[in-house]
Amino acid sequence: MKKCRRCTKPATMHITEIREGQAQSLHLCEQCAHEYLNSVDVGGSSEEFQSGTPKLEAPPEEPAGDDSRACPSCGISFKQFRSQGRLGCPHDYEFFREELLPLLESVHSDTQHVGKCPPRTSPESRQHYELFRLRNDLRQAVDNESYEEAARLRDQIRELESRIGPTPSDSEAAP
Amino acid sequence: MDLDAFTQTTGEWLRGTGADSDIVVSSRIRLARNLMEFPFPSRADLKARAEVETLLRDKILGISSCGRLNYESVETLPELDRQFLVERQLISREHSEKDGPRGVAVDPRESVSLMINEEDHLRMQVFRSGLALEECWAAINRIDTEIEESVSFAFSEEFGYLTSCPTNVGTGMRVSVLLHLPALVLTKEIQKVFQAMHKMSLAVRGLYGEGSQAMGDFYQISNQITLGKSEEQLVQTVKSVVPGILDYERRVRDALVKEDRNRLHDQISRAVGILRSAQTINSEETLQRLSLVRLGINLGLIDNLSIPLVNELFLYSQPAHLQKVRHERLETSDRNAARASYLRQRLARSEPSAN
Repeated sequence: MKKCRRCTKPATMHITEIREGQAQSLHLCEQCAHEYLNSVDVGGSSEEFQSGTPKLEAPPEEPAGDDSRACPSCGISFKQFRSQGRLGCPHDYEFFREELLPLLESVHSDTQHVGKCPPRTSPESRQHYELFRLRNDLRQAVDNESYEEAARLRDQIRELESRIGPTPSDSEAAP
Repeated sequence: MDLDAFTQTTGEWLRGTGADSDIVVSSRIRLARNLMEFPFPSRADLKARAEVETLLRDKILGISSCGRLNYESVETLPELDRQFLVERQLISREHSEKDGPRGVAVDPRESVSLMINEEDHLRMQVFRSGLALEECWAAINRIDTEIEESVSFAFSEEFGYLTSCPTNVGTGMRVSVLLHLPALVLTKEIQKVFQAMHKMSLAVRGLYGEGSQAMGDFYQISNQITLGKSEEQLVQTVKSVVPGILDYERRVRDALVKEDRNRLHDQISRAVGILRSAQTINSEETLQRLSLVRLGINLGLIDNLSIPLVNELFLYSQPAHLQKVRHERLETSDRNAARASYLRQRLARSEPSAN
């Protein structure tokens, strides 16, 4: 998994800036991404931000690397999962979330679902999915160098963002 | 389920029809789903797995979005019948070989197969002959949606549908096409296809999926990524590589014909000769000869045999099919004789009548 370009934490946020048809990808951890989004004016230079002095304070403590911690629902430990390659129950995704994130990132190059969701999903969540999906399409449009498509998607994303307010990932990143 | 009725047919995926069916044998989409309240099958005790089986069986037998489903408990099925279902791609090897409460529901056309308690609580598959991935997606999406009206599948807003193995999480979807690529194998150009697919995060596997050898020059191409892409994107990713591979295979076929038509024609005709007259033949040789015959038909070098017939021969010359049709268990040497006898008879029946 990619490291944050500003500190050493895993990059979980992927931001694509488009200026005058030039696409630029930024891979940041949640905290740096939050700072970036608050500090850089849209249209400003992301270079300044990246080359800024790396933060000196130590990264927050990693969750204790205790592989024998067992899921209260099914009793499996992360160590057991690693040796057999199968999780024990659906709750493991929540319980071992921190351990699974880097694994998901390396297998799927992504950690956020954007596909089908169950019929019981609330309208708010559906809008968030729509947002995830649009961002995903934007990334693909940029990869394909379809910049007109990318600009259109970017407008759609802005419009949707202003309608629903901060997304879950933005609010999570808030201190 | 009447398994003997299946011995009269070849099922949807070998029908030999549909778009580009000279090379694209079939399209398949699989979805993995689980129930929130139960451990995944590998960690659930017998009682929990029995509960899951009962609960899901009742739900899936009540749906109307596909043909009438017949349910079979795989736990109580004799080994030969389980192997028979594996050869027809209706259940996986893993599902056949594990133990405990588990089952499968299949429609009479064999275009839908729903496995309970495989690696996940529910594994749904839809098949189509030829290149028809969008149709597969539409059909399986309808089935999934209908089941989900009455069952809550394990789902997280972050990770999507939760699966026993994190490599399937998100959409829980595997999109695959089964391709017959004899010319690329013959010229060893297939390696380039492997490399190109690898770069696109697509997997190339043999006929019977994970870990299986590429039998008879058949290859399955499927997505590896299941999270962070929508179902439509995954369908398009797999679909997008097919035309390039088809074009490549067809160009190499043309080149082979151009280079030495007589030699190729001879090889193919000899393969037909062996299949028509051998007294004992093993599975590997049969697949190899049949692959050449299939190529010969598509190149117009053989005109009295058809693709659906060759597809049928591929299926019925496999061990469990040979034994199931004869209603007896056979050791390897007897099987090789039975296989040769089946091939001789079936090919003789396909001869154009003398008058």
